[in-house]
Amino acid sequence: MITFIFFLRRIAFSSVTLFVASIVIFAIIQILPGDPAQLILGMNAQADTLAALREQMGLNAPFYSRYFEWVLGIMVGDFGTSYTYSVPVSELILERLWISLPLAVMALSLSTLIAIPAGVIAASRHNKWPDVSIMGFTQLGIAIPNFWFAMLLVLVFAIKLQWMPAGGFAGWDAGIGAGILSLTLPAIALALPQASILARIMRSALLDVLAEDYMRTARAKGLTERMTLWRHGVRNAFIPVLTILGLQFSFLIAGTIIIENIFYLPGLGRLIFQAIAQRDLIVLQGLVLLLVAAVIFINLLVDAAYAMVDPRIKRAYHE
Amino acid sequence: MKLSKFALRGATALAMLAMAVPALAANNSVTLGMVLEPTHLDPTAGAAAAIDEVVYANLYEGLTRIDSKGAVQPALAKSWTVSDDGLTYTFMLEEGVKFHDGTDFNADDVVFSLDRARGEDSVNAQKALFSAIDKVEAVDASTVKITLSQANGSMLFNLGWGDAVMVAPESADGNKANPVGTGPFKFVKWVKGDRIELAKSDTYWGDADVLEKATFKIISDPAAAFAAMMAGDVDGFPNFPAPENLDQFRADPRFSVVVGSTEGETVLAINNAKAPFDNLKVRQAVSYAINRQSIIDGAMFGNGTPIGSHFAPHHPAYVDLTGAYAYDPEKAKALLAEAGFPDGFDAEIKLPPPSYARRGGEIIAADLKKVGINLKIIPVEWGPWVKDVFTETNFDLTIVSHTEPQDISIYAREKYYFNYKSDAFKGVMDELNKTTDTDGRYKLLGEAQQILSDDAVNGFLFQLAKTGVWNAKLNGLWENSPVQANDLTGVSWSE
Repeated sequence: MITFIFFLRRIAFSSVTLFVASIVIFAIIQILPGDPAQLILGMNAQADTLAALREQMGLNAPFYSRYFEWVLGIMVGDFGTSYTYSVPVSELILERLWISLPLAVMALSLSTLIAIPAGVIAASRHNKWPDVSIMGFTQLGIAIPNFWFAMLLVLVFAIKLQWMPAGGFAGWDAGIGAGILSLTLPAIALALPQASILARIMRSALLDVLAEDYMRTARAKGLTERMTLWRHGVRNAFIPVLTILGLQFSFLIAGTIIIENIFYLPGLGRLIFQAIAQRDLIVLQGLVLLLVAAVIFINLLVDAAYAMVDPRIKRAYHE
Repeated sequence: MKLSKFALRGATALAMLAMAVPALAANNSVTLGMVLEPTHLDPTAGAAAAIDEVVYANLYEGLTRIDSKGAVQPALAKSWTVSDDGLTYTFMLEEGVKFHDGTDFNADDVVFSLDRARGEDSVNAQKALFSAIDKVEAVDASTVKITLSQANGSMLFNLGWGDAVMVAPESADGNKANPVGTGPFKFVKWVKGDRIELAKSDTYWGDADVLEKATFKIISDPAAAFAAMMAGDVDGFPNFPAPENLDQFRADPRFSVVVGSTEGETVLAINNAKAPFDNLKVRQAVSYAINRQSIIDGAMFGNGTPIGSHFAPHHPAYVDLTGAYAYDPEKAKALLAEAGFPDGFDAEIKLPPPSYARRGGEIIAADLKKVGINLKIIPVEWGPWVKDVFTETNFDLTIVSHTEPQDISIYAREKYYFNYKSDAFKGVMDELNKTTDTDGRYKLLGEAQQILSDDAVNGFLFQLAKTGVWNAKLNGLWENSPVQANDLTGVSWSE
C-alpha cells in the first residue's frame, strides 16, 4: 500500500513536469526562425504556392490553437503529421525507436557486464595490480573520444577484416542476426566510455562501503570474504551506480548522434538533427516531448530500483 | 581487463555467425550512396534535390526528358509539333504505357498532371515553369494539345524537369510515401533514414534493359561515406561529400573518380539595393578583388570551373567572361576610390552551412580586406538564411549556389533577393521567350550573360563540380548533372 501511494505521488508529479515541458517545448520551437514551407519549396517557389502549402500544413492557425490541437492529439496517441515526410510522427518515431532502444540496451548491457565486475575486482584488490591496471584502462576509456574509437572499429572490422558492414541498419525484417550485427560496432563504441565511468563509480562506491562497520560485523559473524563482498558490499554500493546507469540510459536513447552519424544509423538522434535542419517542427516537438517523458520514466525506474536495493529509502519518504 | 576482451571476442563471434547470410548477387543490382535523404518521393511537391536524385527518369517520366548532356529528348511524348506562332504544342504520346499500379497512362493523365502542377492550390516548387500555359486539352487518348498565353522558347525543356513528371489521379496523393510513376523502376520500400529500394518494373513500356534492383543508401557523414566506399557497402557516390578524399580513391584501381559539372552557379550574391553596393563601381571593385582560382583551390580542393556570369560552362550557349574581371586588387582599390571609398568600408557577409559558402567566405573576406573592405563573417543556418537573406533581403553579401538548371531568368524577376533591376536584361529575356530557334536563343543567352557581367550584379565565382566516385566496373552513371538526377536507365556492370 505504501509503495502504491509512493508511486502514485511520483506519477502525479511526473505528469505536471511533462505538462510544463510541453508548454516550454512548444514556445521555444515557435521562436525558431525559418519558414517550413519555404524550406520545403526552395528558392524558386512562388508566393501563392507558399501560401497554399502553409494552409495545407495548418501553419496559418494562431499558436494557442495549434498548441491545444497538438496536446489534445497526443493524449489520444496522435502526434500529428510530419511536414517533410508527410507520414504520422508517431510512425516516424517508432521506426527510429526500434533502432535506438535496442542499441541503447545493447550498449548499456555491454557496459554493465564489463564495468560491474571490473569495479568490484578493482575495489577488492585495492591498490594491488588488478586495481592499478583496471584503473589505468578506465582512464584510457574515458580519455579516448568515442567517435574516434568508432572510426577505429570501422577501419579494423569493416574495411580491413570486412567482418561486418561499415554502417547502416539492415532492418529487423532482414533477421535478428543481421540487425544485431549492424548494431554491434556502434554498441561497442558507445559502451567503452560508459563502462569506464561506471567501473570507476562502482569501485569508489564499493571502497566506501568496505570501510563501513557492518562489513567487519559481517565478517565477524562468520561470512566468507566473497559472501561479505557480494551480499553486503556490492549491494550497498549500488545506489550511486544506479544513478549513473539511469543517466547513461537517458543519454543513450537520444544523445548518440555522433555515433549514429559515423555508422549512418537511422536512430532518434539523427531524426532530431534532421527535424531541426528541415524545420520539421511537429516532429521536433513530438520527439523532444517523448525524450522528456523517457527521462522522467527512467528516473522513476531508478527510484524504484533504489527502493529495492535499499528499503530505507522507501521508508524515508513517509517519515 | 580480461572481461572486456572476452566481451569483444564474444561480439565478434556473434558477428561472424550473422555474416553467414550470403550477400546478394552483385551484378544485377546497384547500391548508391547519397548525402541528404529525400523528404518524400513526390518531385511535384518539393524543391529538395534529393527527391529528383532518386526518382528522376527512374520512377517517374515526363512528356520530355533531359539527357546527360542537358538536351531535350522524347519521353512519354514520342513526338511533338509546335505551331508557327509558338503558342500551340501538340504532343503524340507513347501507347501501351502503364503506371506501376497497373492503371493506363493516357492523355487524361497529362491534363491532370499539368493542371495539378499549375492549379491554384498547387504546391509545386517550380510553378513558374508552367506559367505560360493557358490550356491543356486531350485531343484523343494519345494526343495532347497545350496552348500557351505567350510564346515560351524553353517550354520543351521545362516539361522535362522532375517537377513536370506525369502522375495519375488515382495515386497522385499518395506519391510522397508510395510513389507510382511510369518509369523503368518501381518503388519497393523506404527504410527512413537508411535506404530507398527500387526494383525493375515488369510493365515498362520502353525497351530499357535496367538492373533488377537499385538501392539508395543515405550516408550524410563524409567520414562514413569514405568508410562505406572502402568497405564495399555502396557501389558509388554520384556526389561524394568529401573532396579531400578523392586522391585516395584515385590511387585505388577499384574505383573511378569522375569530376563533372553541375548546374550550380556559385555566386557571391550582392544586395544591389543596399548602399554602397548599389554603386556599380563598388560591385565592379568587388568582382576585381576576388581571386576565383584561390577560392576553388582553398574551398573546393581544386574542383570547380571559374565563371564570369550566371551560366554553366558546359552549355553550348556559354560565353567565357572570366577575363572581364580578372583578379586585380589595384584596379579594385582604384574603383573604390572613384566611388568615394578611398579607405574602404565595413560590410557583412552571411554564410549558409555548405562548405563552399563557409570556406569560400573566409577566403573572400581575406581578398576583400586587401582592398579595404572589412567583412564581418556571420555564419547562419538555412532557416534564418531563407528568412533574413532570401525573403527579407536583409544582407550585404552572401554566398550561395544556384543549382536550378538554366536559371539565368531569375535576374529578370520583379523581386528577387539580390534586388537587381535592369530593363535591358528584362528585354532580352522577353525576346528569349518569344524565340524558339536554337541559334537565336543562344545569341540572346550570350547577350544576357554579357549584361550581367557588365553590371557586375554578383561576384560570379565558380560552377560547382560534381565529384563522383564509383566502382570501376560500374558503367553508365552521369558525369555531369544538367538536372539533379541519378538516371539509372543506362547503368550496367562490366564483365
